[in-house]
Amino acid sequence: MLSIKDLHAEVEGKNILNGLNLEIRAGEVHAIMGPNGSGKSTLGHVLSGRPGYEITQGSVEFLSKDLLTLDTEERAHLGLFLAFQYPVEIPGVSNMEFLKASVDAVRESQGAATYDTVSFMRRAREACAAVDLDQAFLKRGVNEGFSGGEKKRNEIMQMMLLEPRLCILDETDSGLDIDALRVVASGVNGMRSEPRSFLLVTHYQRLLDYIEPDFVHVLADGRIIKSGEKSLALELEEKGYSWLDESEVA
Amino acid sequence: MSQEQIDRAIAKDYAAGFTTDIESDTLTPGLTEDTIRFISAKKKEPEWLLEWRLTAFRFWREMSGPDWAHVNYPEVDFQSISYYSQPKSMEDRPKSLDEVDPELLATYEKLGIPLHEQEALAGVAVDVVFDSVSVATTFREKLAEAGVLFCSISEAVQHYPDLVQKYLGSVVPRKDNFYAALNSAVFSDGSFVYIPKGVRCPMELSTYFRINEANTGQFERTLIVADEGSHVSYLEGCTAPMRDENQLHAAVVELVALDDAEIKYSTVQNWYPGDAEGKGGIYNFVTKRGLAHKNAKISWTQVETGSAVTWKYPSCILRGDNSVGEFYSVALTNNLQQADTGTKMIHLGSNTRSTIISKGISAGQSSNAYRGLVRVGPAAKGARNYTQCDSLLIGDKCAAHTFPYIESKNPTGVVEHEATTSKVSDDQLYLCQQRGLDPEKAVSMIVNGFCKEVFKELPMEFAVEAGKLLEVSLEGSVG
Repeated sequence: MLSIKDLHAEVEGKNILNGLNLEIRAGEVHAIMGPNGSGKSTLGHVLSGRPGYEITQGSVEFLSKDLLTLDTEERAHLGLFLAFQYPVEIPGVSNMEFLKASVDAVRESQGAATYDTVSFMRRAREACAAVDLDQAFLKRGVNEGFSGGEKKRNEIMQMMLLEPRLCILDETDSGLDIDALRVVASGVNGMRSEPRSFLLVTHYQRLLDYIEPDFVHVLADGRIIKSGEKSLALELEEKGYSWLDESEVA
Repeated sequence: MSQEQIDRAIAKDYAAGFTTDIESDTLTPGLTEDTIRFISAKKKEPEWLLEWRLTAFRFWREMSGPDWAHVNYPEVDFQSISYYSQPKSMEDRPKSLDEVDPELLATYEKLGIPLHEQEALAGVAVDVVFDSVSVATTFREKLAEAGVLFCSISEAVQHYPDLVQKYLGSVVPRKDNFYAALNSAVFSDGSFVYIPKGVRCPMELSTYFRINEANTGQFERTLIVADEGSHVSYLEGCTAPMRDENQLHAAVVELVALDDAEIKYSTVQNWYPGDAEGKGGIYNFVTKRGLAHKNAKISWTQVETGSAVTWKYPSCILRGDNSVGEFYSVALTNNLQQADTGTKMIHLGSNTRSTIISKGISAGQSSNAYRGLVRVGPAAKGARNYTQCDSLLIGDKCAAHTFPYIESKNPTGVVEHEATTSKVSDDQLYLCQQRGLDPEKAVSMIVNGFCKEVFKELPMEFAVEAGKLLEVSLEGSVG
């Protein structure tokens, strides 16, 4: 589904990704871990096409398309979703209005029928309940005055409604209390299915207690330096990242 | 108004920019006392009105144009403008829509306001001003049942001269300012509304203004009188064809709300703004003012997206105790447009209250200024004002300015002013695009959200239209 080959990228003239390789097949859940500044968040933004991120080398294929030639919204239309680490506010635009426009745009681009307002509102209310947010949040401005945890739940709600093929979660777990973490995890687990894949960018092993990954990768200096199964995450928690640096050198 | 009509009315580029090929009876350009005598005679006006116009003209000749506004434009040559234009086939006024020139009707179709449909739709009575003569007034009969008078000001002069004579110029005196004096001298037509005591007008009243002839200034005059305890909501929409030369629009609108009356006046202004290089477009120099008596309420809502230069301050004189004034405004400028707009709230009576919500949006290389005056007079015990003035910038070549003036002569008055300036951020755009919205849709959504407090004051079908208008006006402002 997603094939990243020898990806190099820079932000403001600074190399962040240095030859990253990653294969994600349909239905898989991958976790990317790594120390601060290793390029974890950059990877998510490069894949989703954030302006200002320059690809200097390498290729990314997503669902048999050359992802890097597509505009940000075209990548979203293909089914790529990024849950933001710091979701921005859009004052005055209600969550419901935003969600409807967004789901309409994605479905239209895929040639699927758009939902009528009544059935969309029902779906939105269900999603809202699933992430344990009060229905009043649907009427409030997008992320306007939301707490950190509420913003993250809102991201998961959007993900549920958009039904993407590849969900990238950028440190969604950071700053969450245990209840919110459970809600986010159950949202993700409920969406796990054969055609859908996940890329979890995280700093802590904690998230992986709730969402069990198929693969864990360690990112350092813009490259994946080690890949393994779930046990790797536990090992990392025990030994820290420095252990890997040394073993790499050795 | 149906969605389809709205879509048609504001299709890409300046969709209203067509001219209609109708033979017109246009006066040779130039302005002298004879011009005024000609207009007055053409309209078979009584002697007092001719004198009223001539006096205004004498005032005007002594005055000079305002130079304090934050706008730049070449001096207007008032002798090169034609002051009267009337479609020829109108010599004999049509008695009903069926008698109206089909070409004219087709023009309205293009504008998305087919009168025939509109009769059935929405319950909106429209008094259409096409250049200078009111073409057809719909719904008059239904309004007459309620005792509401709604007609062109020329007809009102013929049929209700006492009302016109009593109130014309009572809110905006002829000497008020340069353009008001000019309008008083040469006004050609406009709308007249009278709501009798205690009557709630059964429908939204609406006028569509459109400038068609090249080189004709439009000087319409609107007078709305709401008698004691009455209520009326009025909407004015404006368009003009695309032309290379600049056209002048100097209107005067007077509102009189007697004791316990309420007038809500909404404007959606989409005059031609000129092209991307700033060529052509309307000069919109308008004086709008309302006078509120005891317990009366006057509410102005405006959505301004058009005109090359806008100079406009719909105001309220809160003369009666407990009277209320409101001003809700969205002013959008793009490309090389310039706007200097705002309001004046003059608190004279005790316990008078006013609210000002102004949303300015600047895109391209445009300049957008809010200018507002809140004056609390010595007798205005317990007066309150709340002003919120927000500016939104799109791109980095545009400008937003705020000029608030506060004069308080009564220590019990409370005047609050809040102002913000923000920018459509790259992060907001990125979030929207990541969710599948293209950048233009994203900007229009963000801008609509910014304007929400004002749009909710508009009658619903016009709120939709206003949102769409912003979308069209913002085209090309990103990327």
